[in-house]
Order: sequence, then C-alpha cells, then structure tokens
Amino acid sequence: MTDLALPARLRRPAFRPGIALASVVLVGAVAACLAAPLLWPLDESAVDLARIRLAPSWEHLAGTDDLGRDVAHRSLYGLRVSLLVGAVAAVVAAVVGGLVGTVAATCGGRVDRALMRVVDTIAALPHLLLGIFIVAMLRPSLGAVVLSIGLTHWLSTARIVRAELLSLRTRPFVDAAVAGGASRARVLTRHLLPHVLPRLALATTLMVPHAVWHETALSFLGLGLPPHLASLGNMINDGQRSLLTGAWWASLVPGLLLVAVTLALAALAGRWRDRLDPRVRAELHL
Amino acid sequence: MTATAATSSRRRRRLAGAGAVVRRRLMVAVPVLAATSVGMFVLGAASPIDPAQQYAGAAAFTTSEENLAQIRANWGVDDPLPVQYARWVGNLLRGDLGWSTSRHEPVTDVLAARAGWTLLLVGAALALVLAASLLLGTLAAYRRGGWFDRTLRAGAYAVQSMPVFWLGLAAIAVFALALGWLPAGGLTDVTATGTHPADVARHLVLPVTVLAVSQAPWFVLFVRDTVAESLRDDHVLAARARGLPGRTVLFGHALRTALLPFLTLVGTHLPELVGGAVLVETVFSLPGLGAVTVQAALGGDFPLLAATTLATTVVVLTANLLTDLAYAAADPRVRLDD
Repeated sequence: MTDLALPARLRRPAFRPGIALASVVLVGAVAACLAAPLLWPLDESAVDLARIRLAPSWEHLAGTDDLGRDVAHRSLYGLRVSLLVGAVAAVVAAVVGGLVGTVAATCGGRVDRALMRVVDTIAALPHLLLGIFIVAMLRPSLGAVVLSIGLTHWLSTARIVRAELLSLRTRPFVDAAVAGGASRARVLTRHLLPHVLPRLALATTLMVPHAVWHETALSFLGLGLPPHLASLGNMINDGQRSLLTGAWWASLVPGLLLVAVTLALAALAGRWRDRLDPRVRAELHL
Repeated sequence: MTATAATSSRRRRRLAGAGAVVRRRLMVAVPVLAATSVGMFVLGAASPIDPAQQYAGAAAFTTSEENLAQIRANWGVDDPLPVQYARWVGNLLRGDLGWSTSRHEPVTDVLAARAGWTLLLVGAALALVLAASLLLGTLAAYRRGGWFDRTLRAGAYAVQSMPVFWLGLAAIAVFALALGWLPAGGLTDVTATGTHPADVARHLVLPVTVLAVSQAPWFVLFVRDTVAESLRDDHVLAARARGLPGRTVLFGHALRTALLPFLTLVGTHLPELVGGAVLVETVFSLPGLGAVTVQAALGGDFPLLAATTLATTVVVLTANLLTDLAYAAADPRVRLDD
C-alpha cells in the first residue's frame, strides 16, 4: 500500500457512487435542457382537449395534464426555466452579498458592525414572506421573481466574503503589497478579491438549489412566473387541480425532476466545498 | 440556605444581564423594524397598483374619474411620500392597521380571526418535530454507521430537497385520495356547523405532519451529530464505566449535553417554519395567516400584506430573544452581562 504515503490531493479520489450518480443526473439534465429547443420544440399555447389527463404510456411517458399537454415535455421546459431563473437569481444574490461583504470588511469599525447586525437581523426573518411581499408589490413577473430571490438570499454570501477578506488581510503578501506602495483599491482588486473568487463561486453554486426552491414556491402560490409558462412551480400548481380527479402524475413528475436535479446540484457543490475546505465538512448545509 | 433557594439565587444571577441584553436587542430591532417598514412602504409606493381603483373593484370601470379622485383625496394617496409614511406608521403605533382592500374588512379583524390557526399549526408541528428529531437523532447516533443511521440520513437528505408544497400534495394523494384515511383539506367538514376540537384535530393531522416532516431533516441531522460527538465525551465514558444502563447513558448523559446547541437551532429555524406554514396552509386550504397573506399578495393588498409581514417579523425577533435568554438560563457558562 504505497499510495497511502502520498498526500491526499495526489491520491486518486475514491470512487463515490453517489457523486457519480449526481454528476450523471446533472450533466444529463443540463444537456437535455440545452438540446430541448432544437430536438423537441414546445408550443407553450398548444392545448389538446381531446387528450386530457391521460395516464403515463409509451406515447406520453409522464401522461398529460388537464389541458391535454404532455407532462414530460413541459417538465423538461419547466426545468430549463427554473434552472435559468435559479442561476440568474443566485448571481444577483452573489453580487449583492459580495458588495456588502467587501464594504463591511474594507471599511471595518462602525460600518462593519452595523452592516453585520443588519445581516444577522434579516437572516432572522422569514425570507419567503419578504419574497412574497417584494413580488406582490412589483406584480408577479420574471424580473420580480429574480429580484425577490436576489434580495433575500445574499446574507450568507456577505458573511463568507467578509470573513474571507478579514482573514486574508493578515497575510504577509498583503503587507508586502501595502509596503510596495499599492493603493487601497489596488490591494483590494488585484490582491484580495482574486483569492475570494473561488469561495464566492462555490457560495453561488450552493445558492442555486435554494433559489430554485424559492422560485418554485412563488410560482406554486401563483406569485411567480406567468401561469402559461412551463415552470416547475407552475406545473405542480396546475397539477393540484388534476390531483383531485386522480391524475397524480401531473404534479408528481415535475416535483421528482426538481428533487433529483437540486439534490444532484447540492451533492456536487457539497463535494466541491469538502475539497476546498475539509475543516467545515461537519457542517450540514445542503 | 436551602437547596431550592440556592438554585433560584444562582438562576437569578445567571439572568442578571437579561435586562441589558433585551435593551441591546431592542436597540437593534427597532431600527431594523423601522428600516423594514420604510423599505416596504417604498416598494408599496413604487408598485403600479392604484388603491382607489382597487377599492372600487369592478365598479372602477363605471366610476367617474372625479369619484376616483375623491377617494384618492380622502385617503391622502396623492400626498408626499414622507407624509403618507408618517401617517401609516402613526396609525400602526396606535393599533390601527388599516383597511384590507382584498378582504374588505379591517386588518386587525383579519389578524385576530386567523392568527390562532397559524399558531396552532406551527406550534403543533414544532412540538412534533422536536420530539421526533430528539428520539430518532439520538437512536441514529447510538448505532452510528448502522443501517438505521444510514437510512435516516439518506431520508433526511432526500426530504431536504423536496419542496414542502409538493410533499403536501403527495400526502393528499396518498392518505386522503388513495387510502381515504384523512380529509384532503379545510379545517372542518363541509357539513359541520362549528369548530369541533375532534373534527379540527382530524383535519390538522396531515398539515401538521407534512410541515414537521419537511423541517425534520435539519433537526434530526443536527441531533445525530451533536449526540454522536457527546457520546465520545469524558463524562459519558465515566457514566458507562460506572456501569449505568445504556439507555440512561444515552438519554440522561449524552443527549443532555447535546440539548443546549439544539435550542439555538430551534431559534434560527423558526423563520423557515413560518415560511413552510404559508405553503402548507395554501396546499391544505386552511384559514390561517399564511393563506391570507398569499391572497393579499395576489390582490396587491398592501395594508394586510405589510401588517402580516411586520407582525411575523416581530414574533420571530421576540422568539429569537427568548431562545437566547433560555440558553443563558440553562447553561451556567453563558453570561449575559458580558
């Protein structure tokens, strides 16, 4: 067993079936989302009242909903919309959180304390309610949903960026840059922020499943994306009507797809975090 | 000095700093509440909803422009924003929460009629999730790595990624529609004339369980990890060495040390529970605050929406403060006055 002597990062990583499965699910889902408009175009307004609530069969793999639309087909497009909204909203949250964290860390003192207190307090509020309020006042639309997620999900990113900057600030290379006559802005943009970027990217990725859940919740309540648009939340909401007449597949399939993809995304991001910083492995933060 | 007197005086000393903590928390909470209310008001003012047309409803199409202007003037909707804000906050502080435009009744009446059901739902779900997670998490920690532990953890990760409303629909499909054991929604039977406790309890079984299950993963995994850690502590080893039975060591010694950090988790997870309650109430058509909030949001009803959001904020902040005080009362190492 000679390879036991090698440092961890040089050893071949052990094969993990869960991680492999998550990669397959995620790559498959993203590929399907990208290829869907080319191979299997969807007409959002198409309705076929002759084929409503058909049970799953070879022709309709996941059955049809109460307007005769193919559930599998719409789920695929719903996933596309939900992932896109989730990713954009996570980036918005990362930008807000990154800015707040950077300002807090570089200004320090009273500004830092005040900003962090604000972060602590907002973190203690039910963010779904705040999100509902934002969407309700701006009227439900794509932009309102993205804003609602972005404005309620930036807190953890702000904390991470601030902590990272504060710990980097004490490193010798920063002293060297300052001694070399670099301005504050230059130290920040050329020396500190590049080191924060991997952590920020990881935080953003971990945020995507949360953003997707928030979007589906808003859409489910009728406060999210326009109802005719195939999004996972809208579909689960539509399926609620068919459920009472026995068509359980209309809600089940988009929900299962949502669970599979967000679980895979969270598992891979968690693995990434473990490799980036083994110390926080015990933290439960799916 | 008797033992009880000694205990009570020790507890009093422990809570000596409580007043200062409350004051310090208020100094943060009041500006935050003020900022939240300003933010909400600005959003409400920026919103494209015209309260006068909303008030008139369908009649807005036939109401003359002068009448609408009269309504706006009566309500002061066209006043400068700071004036409107001051009036709104002044009314809130005097206990006048305004007029709900979506339900056509005073906001206070809506809150009074609905808040109880939401508290019942959240309280019952919290009690259930606490009991279940303490039991299951401790058992999983006891046989760490065993089949029960692995199944529980896999289940927890899976449930964590399931949206609570989807879980609710699945529960309705299985237990209400397929098996017919429990009602699919509502608070009472359609034929019922009043709210009978037994009838209400039967209707609350599914919503409470769904809400508890959806929140359970965080609690179960947390209990499992902390108990697993404290099982390795010296005092647990000592208890084992004294020959105490396994059950006593597990629940009396290991779980006991793990309980304190658990309190903090309960405090930080309360907002999630409230968010879950909003969705569960909508799925099961319960007449709680959450369902009303969603209706208000759909109808662009600013007074009601602002009131429910602010009220929930106050409740959650208070609960967090209480958690901290409880922590200090329970743990002699935590000093509130420093």
